[in-house]
Amino acid sequence: MPTYIAKRLLAAIPVILGLSIIVFLVMKLIPGDPAQALLGSYATPDNVARINRALGLDRSWPEQYVIWIGNLLQGDFGRSYILNRPVIDEVLERFGATLILAGASLVICSVLGILAGIVSAVRQFGWTDRIVTFFVLIGISMPAFFLGLVFILFFAVQWRLLPASGMYAVYGGGDLPDLLRHLILPASTLAIVATGVVARLTRAAMLEVLRQDFIRTARAKGLSENKVIYRHAFRAALVSIIPVLGIQAGFVLGGAVYIETVFQWPGLGQMLVKAVSTRDLLLVQGGVLVAATVYVLVNLLADVAQALLDPRLKA
Amino acid sequence: MTDLTTPAPARKRRSNLQLLLANRLAAAGLFIFGFIVILALLAPILPIPNPDITDQPNRLLPPLSEGHLLGTDHLGRDILSRLIWGTQVSLLVGVSATALAAFFGSLIGLVAGYARGATDSVLMRFVDMLMAFPYILLAIAIVAALGPGLLNALYAIALVNIPFFARNIRGVTVSIRNREFVDAARLSGKSHAAVLFTEVLPNVLPVIVITMSTTVGWMILETAGLSFLGLGAQPPTSDLGSMLGQARAQLFTAPHASIIPGIMIFVLVMSINLLGDGVRDVLDPRLRSGTLGRPMPVTRIKRSAKPSLTLPEPPALVVENLSTGFDTGGSITPAVNNIGFRLDKGECLGLIGESGSGKSVTALSLMGLVASPPGVITNGGVYIGGKDVLSLREQELIALRGARVAYVFQDPLTTLHPLFSVGDQIAEAVLTHNPIGKRRARQRAIELMDTVGIRDASGRASAYPHELSGGQRQRIGIAMALANDPDIIIADEPTTALDVTVQARILELLQNLRRERGLALLLITHDFGVVAEVCDRVAVMKNGEIVEQGETQTVLRDPQHDYTKRLIACVPELGEGRNFLDRVRPLFPEAKA
Repeated sequence: MPTYIAKRLLAAIPVILGLSIIVFLVMKLIPGDPAQALLGSYATPDNVARINRALGLDRSWPEQYVIWIGNLLQGDFGRSYILNRPVIDEVLERFGATLILAGASLVICSVLGILAGIVSAVRQFGWTDRIVTFFVLIGISMPAFFLGLVFILFFAVQWRLLPASGMYAVYGGGDLPDLLRHLILPASTLAIVATGVVARLTRAAMLEVLRQDFIRTARAKGLSENKVIYRHAFRAALVSIIPVLGIQAGFVLGGAVYIETVFQWPGLGQMLVKAVSTRDLLLVQGGVLVAATVYVLVNLLADVAQALLDPRLKA
Repeated sequence: MTDLTTPAPARKRRSNLQLLLANRLAAAGLFIFGFIVILALLAPILPIPNPDITDQPNRLLPPLSEGHLLGTDHLGRDILSRLIWGTQVSLLVGVSATALAAFFGSLIGLVAGYARGATDSVLMRFVDMLMAFPYILLAIAIVAALGPGLLNALYAIALVNIPFFARNIRGVTVSIRNREFVDAARLSGKSHAAVLFTEVLPNVLPVIVITMSTTVGWMILETAGLSFLGLGAQPPTSDLGSMLGQARAQLFTAPHASIIPGIMIFVLVMSINLLGDGVRDVLDPRLRSGTLGRPMPVTRIKRSAKPSLTLPEPPALVVENLSTGFDTGGSITPAVNNIGFRLDKGECLGLIGESGSGKSVTALSLMGLVASPPGVITNGGVYIGGKDVLSLREQELIALRGARVAYVFQDPLTTLHPLFSVGDQIAEAVLTHNPIGKRRARQRAIELMDTVGIRDASGRASAYPHELSGGQRQRIGIAMALANDPDIIIADEPTTALDVTVQARILELLQNLRRERGLALLLITHDFGVVAEVCDRVAVMKNGEIVEQGETQTVLRDPQHDYTKRLIACVPELGEGRNFLDRVRPLFPEAKA
């Protein structure tokens, strides 16, 4: 197993490098000449050349990339000119809040999605199955940012059950119960699409497995139907469900952008949206890189979990 | 030529549409989607106010106000009008993004899948990199670089969706490029480009359509999302997302201004998703989710007449008038028809016949293990220890499985659970009927593995099925069957998947166990050689019926039925050589040629 993990870790390095190349290229899409923009009316050809030399922009793209990635590796993501602080500090501070939100959503979508999928498969064509299928359809068609507004209207404004925004109460908050109260609405909103996807795939995976020969063997042994379904069939289905959960991690990390905006959650997504509208590009670049790297690592975890479950994959 | 460019496409398309409309959900989706599209297209000629005319005194009017059916927004603009115009923009952007993603993604997929080699790796690594981003974040980075705006949002969403198309289309292209008609086209002198676009593309088209129909709703949702964040449509242009985003500030005072565009997005996307699922089902029925029913714990039993519940002075197993069939939507296709046989303690009965003769269905029917749906037991009784098990309650029948009657199946690679160690699987069989605790069950499992002749049993117990040889796996299957000292073992082609020497050893093992333990053995096989070696009596099955049964030696010496004669003749003998076919041929009039 350790060799397998080491192998997967090594394989993740080129992927992360690839991410950085794409981010680098995207930043090269920025229209206009940076030196020109910096200098404004002082942009004489002489001044432009001097600035370009100072910023390293006179070098070739590969050279620029190497210098840039070298700085990144030393933790130098540049400075946010709007916030006037190092990008990495701001990103890491924000990322904690996003991890809490995305993590909670991932837990919700895994638990609810898998349960709904199993029940739906077991009661195939029955009423439970129809109800689950109906909710799955609603879930995958629902704009999460709209659902968030509806939740705020009902749970926060109409019924006054839960806070509408923020991560902690302004006065007297700050402890765990306070955080959880603030977490419920945004986390469940963020989970809605992912839950639908997980439920749908779990149902399909369970139905596929339930037709396999080894399920008939389990029945021939005299196992109760519960053991057949939850021990034998689910264990086998889980192998194909886990990669799907890995992908959902990406969806909740990305979807956090909307939800954090709707619920004023002080995370990376909210920061990104603000940074895009203020054209604080280094901040966008740093935020996207960190989130994407974490996503790659989560998928690596999913790979390892899958190999732990399925001895055939370890080789 | 290709499968899809053959004549009569018009007729085929009509039948596809009919299929689509037969699916009620898809038809509803099509109807709603069509209605929205028509409404959006008719926006310029509908009698609605100009969507951009502001009217401060009449701002935030509620729905059903005079002159404003859906009310007005924070600038006094008519919401209905803005909704229709906004839908037009959202549709246009979503569909354009889908078209762009489909075009470039399919192109990448086609080229990568057709060229293979270095081109393939480079292109697909690039696609993998795009996929390594959390979906919407890359789009946000692109919008950040290009600047907020509807067109830039469109490009960004299209780009991040390219991988879905590239991957799907590459997969299909790879499987098509090696087909004969592609080789033929290449040999006829067509250029690679011509082959790709006239031969491969038409066959890949359904996959492209499926991927488009299943992603377009998603892309509309995502572009609306970017606009909602203020990164997409900029004033004065507005789509559904930006309507929602602007109305959010008045959420508490005038919720209708947010809720109306939100519901519109939801309905639009849902109608597309319903339609998309329908299109997928029509174009690729294999992808249809869960059309086959899941097998129930016990085969459905629907007997026209109840047999007597018990038999006096019973042998180990009696089967009477057993009929099993498959429910093919209304009518039942029989697989086993009114068969009967008996099996005494310590006896071995061979059930022999060709594939499809119903012998496996017979074996599985005894304990209600025929996959159901579609399987149905329509008649007869199965008496174990004199009691009809098909009249038992479900729980009672399940309790007999593995305890009194155990099965050994054909291919142990697919019949053993791939993710549990073999020791655990045997121990589980023990524990199911005999709760002696995990550790003792494990010990018992190792003893059983030892009994069936697995060397280093305690070491091999933690191995997984894929780590064992075929013969060892079958021994595990037998050990599992022995776990609870059953009275009867039903072995369904236990040696078919094994090579000849291993086959002989497994048969010997079954024989010894039978003698030592007084087991009754029902052996299902298609090989008269096996029957001659092992069975006391034999029943010959053909087309779901038993055509002959008796003492093995009697049947072998003097077969009564034609079919039995053929089966016996088909056992080749060593040294017989090429005379074999000459001897066998006269028995098969249909194979004269």
